[in-house]
Amino acid sequence: MNWRHWLNRLFIFGVCSLALIALVPLFSVLFYVISHGASSLTPGFFTSLPAPVGEIGGGIGHAILGSVVLISMCSLISIPLGLGMGILLSEYSQKPVSRVLGVVVELLSSIPSIVVGLFAYALVVRPFRGFSAHAGAIALSMIMIPLVARTTEEMLKLVPRSVREAGLALGLPKARVILNIVFMGSMRSLTVGVILAVARIAGETAPLLFTAFASQHWFQGLSEPLASIPVQIYTYAVSPYEDWHAKAWGGALILILMVLGLNLLIRVFLPRRKDG
Amino acid sequence: MPLRGILLGFLLFQSLLGAGEVRAGWLERKLMVNGAGATFPYPLYSRWFAAYEKVHPGLAFNYQSIGSGGGIRQLLDQTVDFGASDAPMSDEQLKKAKSPILHVPATMGAVVLSYQKPGLQSPLKLSGDVIADIFLGKINRWADPRIVDLNPAEKAVLESPDHPDILVVHRADGSGTTSIFSEYLSKSSEEWKKRVGKGSALRWPVGIGGKGNEGVTSFIKQIPGSIGYVELVFAKTLKLSVASVKNAKGEFIEPSPASVTLAAEGALSVIPEDFRASITLVAAKGAYPISSFTYILVYDRTPKGPGRAALFGFLDWALRQGQEMSPALNYAPLPAPLVKRVLDRLARSEQEILRP
Amino acid sequence: MKDIPVEKNLVDLYFRRTLYGFAVLAFLLLGGMFAFLIDLGLPAFREVGPANLLSLEWNPPLKSFGILPFIYGTLVSSLLALLFSTPVSIAAALFLTEIAPRRIGALFGFLVEMLAAIPSVVYGLWGLFVVIPWLRTSVEPFLRDRFGFIPLFSGPIYGVGMLAAGLILAIMITPTMTAICKEVFHAVPRSLKEGVLALGSTRAEMLWIGVVSSSRSGILGGMILGLSRALGETMAVTMVIGNTAEISMSLFAPHQTMASAVASEVAEATGVHLSALGVVGLVLLLISGFLFLFLRLALKNGGHSK
Repeated sequence: MNWRHWLNRLFIFGVCSLALIALVPLFSVLFYVISHGASSLTPGFFTSLPAPVGEIGGGIGHAILGSVVLISMCSLISIPLGLGMGILLSEYSQKPVSRVLGVVVELLSSIPSIVVGLFAYALVVRPFRGFSAHAGAIALSMIMIPLVARTTEEMLKLVPRSVREAGLALGLPKARVILNIVFMGSMRSLTVGVILAVARIAGETAPLLFTAFASQHWFQGLSEPLASIPVQIYTYAVSPYEDWHAKAWGGALILILMVLGLNLLIRVFLPRRKDG
Repeated sequence: MPLRGILLGFLLFQSLLGAGEVRAGWLERKLMVNGAGATFPYPLYSRWFAAYEKVHPGLAFNYQSIGSGGGIRQLLDQTVDFGASDAPMSDEQLKKAKSPILHVPATMGAVVLSYQKPGLQSPLKLSGDVIADIFLGKINRWADPRIVDLNPAEKAVLESPDHPDILVVHRADGSGTTSIFSEYLSKSSEEWKKRVGKGSALRWPVGIGGKGNEGVTSFIKQIPGSIGYVELVFAKTLKLSVASVKNAKGEFIEPSPASVTLAAEGALSVIPEDFRASITLVAAKGAYPISSFTYILVYDRTPKGPGRAALFGFLDWALRQGQEMSPALNYAPLPAPLVKRVLDRLARSEQEILRP
Repeated sequence: MKDIPVEKNLVDLYFRRTLYGFAVLAFLLLGGMFAFLIDLGLPAFREVGPANLLSLEWNPPLKSFGILPFIYGTLVSSLLALLFSTPVSIAAALFLTEIAPRRIGALFGFLVEMLAAIPSVVYGLWGLFVVIPWLRTSVEPFLRDRFGFIPLFSGPIYGVGMLAAGLILAIMITPTMTAICKEVFHAVPRSLKEGVLALGSTRAEMLWIGVVSSSRSGILGGMILGLSRALGETMAVTMVIGNTAEISMSLFAPHQTMASAVASEVAEATGVHLSALGVVGLVLLLISGFLFLFLRLALKNGGHSK
């Protein structure tokens, strides 16, 4: 019996250590991003343009502004569409359109982001002969719409049936019940879903490489190439300059703070499984 | 209703952008001159742009260093106002253009063999056939007798067991640097010419690919035992070791702006009307064998207007004042007689566009 | 229901029609994606033909557009990722469902989920400056010294290459696979676990026989989902795989995946080259679509049999 006892211990120990290995990358990434990136975060980093190649200094202010523009444009397209699709999926789930949409939305969300970028390239960049913020926003929207639609569906399905029935019993049209009672009642959780989708979009790089492309200037209009934080990180990371590496880490720190910060905030203040 | 607030915010933001009435300093619209292409001259160009924008505050140059191949393509697609390429465009490419394209030599550079072999004291000496065999994968150890024969003084280091493998780094993207390098190798080695040939992107027998001169230098810097080809300026700024290469006269020449200018001067008489010329393996004393021009490519018939004025004004400036900035950044200034020929050509273009 | 006012019907009708409009838009997006990628890729089929596209040589200047090296790179890097990630994910899921106290388990689960929140480009940056130097100086020389006789561990050591890509991918798919394993393990009936324990087995035997073995099909589903994530992952792979369109047995050798080829070449490609990259994108789309359908069907069957 003794060897079984030891085997038992060994197995449990093995499982625990393997599980802990999964966390090593997380802490390593956080450690390096913070330790290498913190020194870059000077006020100038947020407000100035990159210095000419080889000169020390400058910042990635244009890329931060570019990311804000892209995320805003993308949200403007994706939030209404995503919410609408989510309502259709949850409130009209018996309709054939809704069933097909369910499959389509899932399929859309499983398509690799680089393919989405290629689509936006073929759709916008090629016919209009030039990289543009429009193309970038469309590529990002293709990723964000299914995200918003799926969370909306999940959140609305959490609303008890009885609530809808009560509304209908009052003689309200179904549209009113959905919008004023179901939808408004889920506002908190929907906001959470949208914020998580934004956090996810903010770090997307691949679909921007040949849509919004890159720029060394401030925002120049929606039909011009536009810089963004993730693409800037990529450019700086593969460059040979130490100063640029430091800036790449700085950019990564901004992204991480934003993404993890949003995730953390949501977990801490809005425990999701409250009703489940 | 936080969501409604966010939505309102976005709407407001969008309408602000769309209205185009925002004239705060950081949103000011300038006349954009868009360019794309070679990574090699990018450090010089970005200084040029900065200097020129200071004199002409209404202009903003946006240059993407995406490689010569991309620059030529974007010029042909007319998505940029000017392209930039290290290698001249081929006849086939020129045929695709909607209207004639002008090759404006902007500056000159050297493709250098940069390496990281810890312990080496003096610059490595390499000959064309050895370089070709390294990039063919036939020479794959630093201790190879053919390398040792060229560098007898470094025998001990080359044969030491630390980092014995030669790790080849090449370009992953289409590149004028690759065109020049492979053209040189094709002149130096029959086997290279047959097996790999020349072009802006190749099927490499060995090695890893880096994106742009930046990517290749970055790998060489990180990987002990590596060797790659980059433009001189990148190796110099990053203080990488650079090999001396055997030229057509049998001398081992260290790459420098001076030895590149010697190559161009040796080739002056054979540079054609359209400036598309190769200056690799020029038979001149002291000339570095892997030298090249780098070009700014513009449409000869760019329509008259502020865009053309900005672009051609800049070219004129770059050929005159711009040349003085080159040597400090490890670029070779164009020989004076060539500058004169290019300025004459630009003047002719200006006259022709004025004619109805 | 005859006395519903007309106005009420109209509100509902327009509301529903708007939503249908959104749905139609989604169908158009999906259809458009196929249509535009086919349109992008068609010239390559026409000009160089399928034989060229299915060759081993990718050399745009010489008009060779064989995409097999990319398919190989994608498959091997993804399988490598599965190989690394599967045991870790199973262990992580066991740990948080069966072993750890509730609170620690919840914290652990949250941290694993955070792995998924880190953007790909940040993994690439970290891979480039942390993982690759480590692989180059410690792991790969060790492997080559001990196992150099196996072709997998031979050849020059660059640091960047297949092994680096597989490792980073493994990290990136671990949260997905852990989440699936967690759900599968949760679904194992209590009675089964208690039954196994009642037979006098140790806790380890219970976990292995009762939980892991009985969830094999679910774990397989998680692996396929992980695979489909890994296939399309782009940025981190592009930054660490070495960008070389060659097939080599060695795990140390640089390669290129379908996604990384598209990412690094589209911005500068012209003509047939661009079109061939369109074909690469189309193949990637078809593969991910195929895996999606497979998963859906498998999920449906699994659901019924239980």
